[in-house]
Amino acid sequence: MSSRRSRSRQQSGVSSNITDEQITDLVSKLQQLIPEIRNRRSNKVSASKVLQETCNYIRSLHREVDDLSDRLSDLLATTDTDSAQAAIIRSLLM
Amino acid sequence: MISKGATWNSNSCRIKFARRFVSALLHMRNRNTRPGSLTIEGVRTHTQRIKIAAYLSMAQAVGSRRAWSRAVLSKHGSRARRHSRMGRSSVGLKKTRVIRSYPPGELGQAKKLRQLVPGGKTMDMCSLLEETAHYIKCLATQVKVMQTLADNFSK
Repeated sequence: MSSRRSRSRQQSGVSSNITDEQITDLVSKLQQLIPEIRNRRSNKVSASKVLQETCNYIRSLHREVDDLSDRLSDLLATTDTDSAQAAIIRSLLM
Repeated sequence: MISKGATWNSNSCRIKFARRFVSALLHMRNRNTRPGSLTIEGVRTHTQRIKIAAYLSMAQAVGSRRAWSRAVLSKHGSRARRHSRMGRSSVGLKKTRVIRSYPPGELGQAKKLRQLVPGGKTMDMCSLLEETAHYIKCLATQVKVMQTLADNFSK
């Protein structure tokens, strides 16, 4: 992992003004947002692992949106206006 | 009750998204009173429209402050009100300009991430990571609001 990083630093040194430090900083911030890694309580998570888990997490969120859209489409079609309005008011108060 | 753990940013984001999404749903509901909407094709289209409304509402709530929300808005914005009834939404959404070589990134896994985050293909590594963080926060909020709605509807 570190050898790959030093190699890329030599190759792309011309165009990138971004320091490694900035990247590791951002990666650690990202790490805090992903529940998988946050709950594992291990301090040493490699950057590639963080990116991998980020991709998985985003994909799972997309899947949840799909499922919820499906549910909402069923529910919208079958509830009458009064219950729909009551449901919406309840959700907005939460 | 507003949860104590949420920061001010995520709360206003949540409320803005909820209001837009709900009004989009009600608007859709008023249009869909025809009996034809109960066919299999009609239901699938309905689901697609709700999904697009969700992503669009979130991007609108965020506004143009973020690159990812700008990408979503430009992808869906002009078609939001003119969505075709056939439900073939994939036809019109392909960009005509294809970016083959994206800026060099430090890690190879960034490629998959670029495909998942809207607008990620043209960002440099730093922006990609920042945008991803914000995108994840907003997506999680979106899911929570949709979940709350769905739970309350089925009570």
